Amino acid sequence: MSNNRDQFRPENHPHDHFLLTTVVGSYKKPKWLDRARELLEDEEASFDEEDWAEATDDAARLITEEHERSGLDAVVDGEMRRNEMVEYFAHLIEGYEFNGRVKVWGHNYFDKPSVVEEVEYDQEWLVDEFEFTDSVSSRPVKVPITGPYTLANWSFNEVYDDDEQLAYDLADLVNEEIERLVDAGAKYIQIDEPALATTPDDHAIVGACLDRIVDEIPDDVRVGLHVCYGDYSRIYPEMLDYPVDEYDLELCNGNYEQLDVFVEDEFTKDLALGVVDAHVAEVEPVEEIKENILKGFEVVPPERLTVSPDCGLKLLPREVAYGKMENMVQAAREVEAELDAGEIDVGLAAPTSD
Amino acid sequence: MPEVVTTTPGLYPLPDWAKDELSDLKGHQKADLIDGTEGEAVQDAYGRVRSEYVERQQDAGLDRIVEGQGRWDDMIAHPLAVADAVETRGIVRYYDNNNFYREPVVTDDLEATGDVAAELESAGEQVEEGLQAVLPGPYSLADLATDEHYGDDAEFLEAVADFLAAEIAEFPDVETLFLLEPSLVENAPDDGEDARASEAIDAVADAADAEVVAHTYWGALEEKVYAHLMDADVDAIGFDFVADHEANLYNISEYGTKSDVALGLVDGQNTRVEDPGTIAERIDWVDENTPGSDFETVYATINTETFYLPVNRFEEKLDALAAVTEEVIEA
Repeated sequence: MSNNRDQFRPENHPHDHFLLTTVVGSYKKPKWLDRARELLEDEEASFDEEDWAEATDDAARLITEEHERSGLDAVVDGEMRRNEMVEYFAHLIEGYEFNGRVKVWGHNYFDKPSVVEEVEYDQEWLVDEFEFTDSVSSRPVKVPITGPYTLANWSFNEVYDDDEQLAYDLADLVNEEIERLVDAGAKYIQIDEPALATTPDDHAIVGACLDRIVDEIPDDVRVGLHVCYGDYSRIYPEMLDYPVDEYDLELCNGNYEQLDVFVEDEFTKDLALGVVDAHVAEVEPVEEIKENILKGFEVVPPERLTVSPDCGLKLLPREVAYGKMENMVQAAREVEAELDAGEIDVGLAAPTSD
Repeated sequence: MPEVVTTTPGLYPLPDWAKDELSDLKGHQKADLIDGTEGEAVQDAYGRVRSEYVERQQDAGLDRIVEGQGRWDDMIAHPLAVADAVETRGIVRYYDNNNFYREPVVTDDLEATGDVAAELESAGEQVEEGLQAVLPGPYSLADLATDEHYGDDAEFLEAVADFLAAEIAEFPDVETLFLLEPSLVENAPDDGEDARASEAIDAVADAADAEVVAHTYWGALEEKVYAHLMDADVDAIGFDFVADHEANLYNISEYGTKSDVALGLVDGQNTRVEDPGTIAERIDWVDENTPGSDFETVYATINTETFYLPVNRFEEKLDALAAVTEEVIEA
């Protein structure tokens, strides 16, 4: 069981109970940043890499402050420098090439890369991003990083005999990056492995990748795993064996129909529960979010519950994304007060006498 | 040597201009996806997409021309997503891919919409011969959906088969019909259910005045499921020789197959492009290794839908596939 959670509790927290509030990571980019990217890609424009660096710094500062203003306990910069969760990293890794956008769902696409040579670590991925966000934030910063299994699974593999070998090579690269992040002071790392939900037969491969990733990472660094949009019954309870502190799961989109999966076998790690739907462009009222938070207590007690949206908020209008975060934080604080007052039954997750 | 007919199982990637235009016109959320009531601008964009797909296939020289299903936001679940008796709900994963569709929940008696027929009519205006329809097979469509109306798995499957048969009744003349049945591999039917799946395919195939191919992919069918599928009155069964050539070959050797066969020989999910000679060699390999079969027609095809690919690789694969006929003739 991890005990590295208290470092994220604010000094003047108003309640005895503490539900850590955070977001999965991605956030709607300001329109002017999209325009800046177009200018960067326009060969006839005079907008250059230096201008782009300044623009992304400005956007990262803006969104980090927006996260702070909403009251989140652990913030990110909304991944302002990243275009997409696989694409961004593939651009920084030797061995990839790009052929064009492919569909994810609806009209949401990514430039799915092809592995055309064995992958190698070439340049730092996220250290600059972390150091900048940390420098402009008064709150702890969480660093989301795409996991090696997803990087392998969501690429076209033209070289390796199988995706397993590719995933292991990528895991070594992710480990190198996380060591650099930890050296830079990062205390909260979230490995994004949405591909895990798709291929339960590869459960052991994901575990072997995670073993490589956390190798030599100190215990006071909180490591989370984000998995979304899948049938969790196919990977639970086996996933509890992974060397991570927290699982960040998407359950709101499915109206918590999968909650039972996590009740049947004891949830032995911390749970980051999705309490707002990242694919509905309306802000859920505080009362509704509070009810969602209470569902988390059927799985873990309050001291092991983190409150989060289902997934990244980048596809939502910015005011909606902000409204969801603000209401989510308010809901968490109200639930904490009610827990302090003894007004909430924590359900199946209540501590037992033994 | 069998006649080689080059074809694809549809669901093409949108051209890049259409990705941008339609994303601006339609938005990015669940509520913005196709429900059959789209406005003129969206219809016009999809009309141009369809026309481009047809021209591209004709330029490549494919023997069968599909309308491309560019409009199918919900991949093969589309025919239900636009039906009146269906509510679309959460975003759910499409098999074991990084793709998602809206969960179609059947809440009332299913009735045909004519939606797919209208798409085929439009494509048919540009196609003199070789028009091919693509539909989900009844087992896969039922598997991808949730039933809140019929209340019984067998009854629901039968209703889905009747629904597809009623859609087919509205089709214009088509030469072939591909019924895509990935769920037969990915979520294989249990005892009893396997026979029903075959009967449902039979019922849908009966409604078609065309050569019908039940195309399976992402591996090979379990033996019993395959044996039952052989009972369905289809003209050909499709096999994914990219994902698992040994097991598919075993099924054909052990249980035989129809007089025609569809061979998924080009990888619809990898950017590595096969050359025509390699594709032709794969046809020869299957032919030589199935001495018990004497195929009349081989439908040479891409193993899966192709929306997984970037447009440049998709087009290169179309060209390579279309060139196979020439390779086979030369051989």
